[in-house]
Amino acid sequence: MNWYKYASPAAFYPLAGKMVPWFAIPAAILFALGLYIGFFVAPTDFQQGDAYRIMFIHVPAAWMGMFLYVLMAFYAGIGWAFNARLSSMMASSLAITGALFTLLSLVTGSLWGKPTWGTWWVWDARMTSTLILLFLYVGFISLQAAIDDPRRADRAGAVLAIVGVINVPIIYFSVQWWNTLHQGATIRILNKPTVAPPMLAAMLILLAACWLYSVAVVLIRLRCIILEREQNAVWLAEGAA
Amino acid sequence: MFRWIVLRDLTLAWRRRADVLSTLFFFVIVVSLFPLGIGPETQLLRSIAPGVVWVAALLASMLSLSRVFANDYQDGTLEQMLVSPQPLYLVVMGKVLAQWLVSEVPLVLIAPLIGVQFDLAPKTLLILFVSLLIGTPVLSLIGSIGAALTLGLRGGGVLIALLILPLYIPVLIFGAGAVEASIMGTSPQANVYILGALLAVSLVFAPWATSAALRISLE
Amino acid sequence: MLEVRNLECVRGDRRLFRDLTFSLTPGTFLQLTGPNGSGKTSLLRIICGLMAPEKGEIRWQGANIRSLGEEYSTAFTYLGHRNAVKEELTALENLRISTGLSGFDLSRDQALAALGQVGLARRENLPARLLSEGQRRRSALARLITCNTTLWILDEVLASLDSAAVGLVKSLIEGHLSKGGMAIVATHQELKLSAGSFQRLALAS
Repeated sequence: MNWYKYASPAAFYPLAGKMVPWFAIPAAILFALGLYIGFFVAPTDFQQGDAYRIMFIHVPAAWMGMFLYVLMAFYAGIGWAFNARLSSMMASSLAITGALFTLLSLVTGSLWGKPTWGTWWVWDARMTSTLILLFLYVGFISLQAAIDDPRRADRAGAVLAIVGVINVPIIYFSVQWWNTLHQGATIRILNKPTVAPPMLAAMLILLAACWLYSVAVVLIRLRCIILEREQNAVWLAEGAA
Repeated sequence: MFRWIVLRDLTLAWRRRADVLSTLFFFVIVVSLFPLGIGPETQLLRSIAPGVVWVAALLASMLSLSRVFANDYQDGTLEQMLVSPQPLYLVVMGKVLAQWLVSEVPLVLIAPLIGVQFDLAPKTLLILFVSLLIGTPVLSLIGSIGAALTLGLRGGGVLIALLILPLYIPVLIFGAGAVEASIMGTSPQANVYILGALLAVSLVFAPWATSAALRISLE
Repeated sequence: MLEVRNLECVRGDRRLFRDLTFSLTPGTFLQLTGPNGSGKTSLLRIICGLMAPEKGEIRWQGANIRSLGEEYSTAFTYLGHRNAVKEELTALENLRISTGLSGFDLSRDQALAALGQVGLARRENLPARLLSEGQRRRSALARLITCNTTLWILDEVLASLDSAAVGLVKSLIEGHLSKGGMAIVATHQELKLSAGSFQRLALAS
């Protein structure tokens, strides 16, 4: 099988369409399963009460936010280095999902903070880093949105994403440093040495669900981007005829 | 050749002196606004001074950076620089150095005077000066990437802020951290060293990214 | 010798031209014509190496320009739509800096002589913002005299020039061709050169 064939948008478009249900359906099943375990099986935390259950969404969302940024930079870099359009489109497609997960993790973190700490926002190291990550996503998305020529948008985005990815560890380190300096509240959602097995199971299942969901959504968005970018291409006209 | 680029940009800046001064006054005014917004209580002012001065320096640096390539882009000089036999890396370094000398150094020099408004001790003023001296070139280097990426785009000025300000955060933390350590009476050494490390990293990496961005923007 | 092989250029989602192949030998003048938006500027920018073509390659003395680097960039002079003349600098400073940037040494006297040749005598020390559009164009043209390059790539060079200046450009190009130089010029005006051989390339829209 010739994998290079699928590097062309024309060949990938139908393949992506076929792949979507293979990710979307398991995602839905795992979400249902994970949420069931999270809400009905996992025991109530003796310190935090039921509020801790928000971590089942919060933690996977935070991880996906970070992971998708790195993945986005990777695809953008490949697209730039090898002039692979599909790869660049993948990066643009990933950016939105990544930004939404990052936003979700901020919102859930804040919702968790209110009952636990009595405040909507705490400048702890992880919340702050996540906020900065969201800023990085916003920068990438708005840069691409401001450029009309898709080729320039892809490449400029790649430079920014790579610069961002090199900066992420530095930013995390500096925020960590800043936080210890100011004796800020370091909150841990999982602050117990042992986590009940159902809790861990629910979280891992939901992580898998989030991952499958991301793949499905990114592929759907990728199909939209392909249609938009290639609207004048011959293969689309032939397909429609 | 490197010297040529720097001298050219310095000459240009000299003939457009008003631009340079406006960045400096922007910095001074922004810093002076804080006591007006917060109140004249000395203790409070002293504790917010590092952050205020550094944030104002970040904003001022961004303001002047949005111009670093824009003029040369508009009149076609940048194109000539790209087709010239000079390594683009050096051209970028030259322009960034000139930008730093023209827009950031006056700011670094005036910062201790601003610090007096916030009742900082002489030793702290020295640390403020040193941290800005090491930190502002990092701002220029990182900012040049954003300036190159946003060349010729509508809303370039606001866009550059979105791209660059998050990347400035480490510099802000260690720069303001150094000054704060000095106010608290602890040693600012570690902060200053890390700022130095950031400068070294950005010296190697940023001109490369800026060159790549310029080629992309001019295509 | 400059060779253009199987060049294809895509801007946005429009293909401007494809399978463009031609070559330029010493002493040849190539006039590039075509309606607005047909890709004249894009072609010239690809030849300069400012833009990457979608397909195909440009070869200079037998080697791809991507692999040549400095050797190629000292071989040509490019004058684009915009003059690359800084308004705050004088004509003299502009010329000396831009020539220096192109990698050629230029003494003050040589620069003054070149400016005299393009009709800017006694205006050398005026800031360029006080010059007229045509005079700024002339001061950009002075670079053709001071940079000792083989290939001239001129984009719409005759725009905003009076007939005397057009005559000047014509005589500059004739001198250049008779010394074995080459020129690619995007223009709709007929130059009727008395030296060198003439080619025409018309891009379709």
